[in-house]
Amino acid sequence: MQGYTVTVAETGETFTCNQNEILLAAMRRTGKGPIQYGCFGGGCGVCKVKIISGDYQVVKKMSHAHVLAQNPTDGTVLACCVTPRGNITVSRV
Amino acid sequence: MALNSTLRPGLIQMRVLDLDKTLTFYKDILGLDEVARTTDGRVLLKGFDEFDHHSVSLRLADEAGVDLVAFKVDSPATLERLKTATEAFGYPVDEVAPNTDQPGFGKRYGFTICTGHRIELYAEVMLSPNGPMTHNPDPWVNAPRGMRAQRFDHCLLYGPNIAEAERYFTEVLGMFAPEVCNTPDGKRFATWLTSGNKPHDLAFVEYEKPGKIHHLGFLLQDWNDIGNAADWMAKYGVKRDVGPTRHAITRGQTIYFWEPSGNRIETYCGGYTAYPDNPQRTWDISEVGKGLFYYEGELIPTFLQVVT
Repeated sequence: MQGYTVTVAETGETFTCNQNEILLAAMRRTGKGPIQYGCFGGGCGVCKVKIISGDYQVVKKMSHAHVLAQNPTDGTVLACCVTPRGNITVSRV
Repeated sequence: MALNSTLRPGLIQMRVLDLDKTLTFYKDILGLDEVARTTDGRVLLKGFDEFDHHSVSLRLADEAGVDLVAFKVDSPATLERLKTATEAFGYPVDEVAPNTDQPGFGKRYGFTICTGHRIELYAEVMLSPNGPMTHNPDPWVNAPRGMRAQRFDHCLLYGPNIAEAERYFTEVLGMFAPEVCNTPDGKRFATWLTSGNKPHDLAFVEYEKPGKIHHLGFLLQDWNDIGNAADWMAKYGVKRDVGPTRHAITRGQTIYFWEPSGNRIETYCGGYTAYPDNPQRTWDISEVGKGLFYYEGELIPTFLQVVT
């Protein structure tokens, strides 16, 4: 299965996120990245990360208590609600 | 099992991010019955063993979390007395006309407490046509589905100044706190409040942000049903948080998990019988891990920090 490389900006570590795999699910599966997770439903905001480069898609609604717009221009997202569409770099928020 | 004029938490309205998915979860997995829909698109639900019109309202919103928690009191006279007492305590009270945004409910008085939560009181609510049998009754009318949640049981709210909230619910609503948890300097970290013999109808944890909810709890029959609930979570990929396990606090048996919009739900059974004249149980915050998760003996990190 084709996957995308996710690079963690702070550490330089990389892991693969499969096509259509939720970013947080890939972090959990590989044990890499900023893997704080809570509700997996876009509600609690614990998995907030910043995607600083690369294409991604928001596939689930994110609570406005944590992310102000559904397609934030600065890349701040909830990792449980996005999937990469290419190689991406993420950082902690 | 109420022992005073405040009967129970009878209604909670939750904000959800995906109404269809969350509703499917509530109906098919948790096992609540859909009662009605409002003209503004909210969905009203109840457990199979609840008599009142509905106990849960789901509202599509951009933020997850709780809109309101409402308590049923024993009479219109009590309702008026509590309105006056609430205002005297210092919370301005508004009135919601009967049968408006909550179909089937009588007049409600609402107010915001120090923790940022909207609390409402009401004395009258229609019985559901789909309620439990009362004459030569079977245990259920239609076979319970999914996790077989019987009724809305309690909720845990997060916000600032819970000492004042505890004072409101005990001094004004006549509830009592069978169990509390304090910080080393003697401040309240958490309080469990009840109006009757249940170990809790409502709980608070001290938190800097106002208006948050940690979980809403639904009653299951017993430990076997907790196992059944765990089966449903495993089978349908429900995001489990903690359990099956047992609390030392309340002594209930439990599983915590998240519904599809990220609000945490507890399915709960058991617990001790609370009496207002029994001594209060107290916990040091250093021991709260054991208090919450008796079998594990330690705190599960996501548990206290993740709220909506």
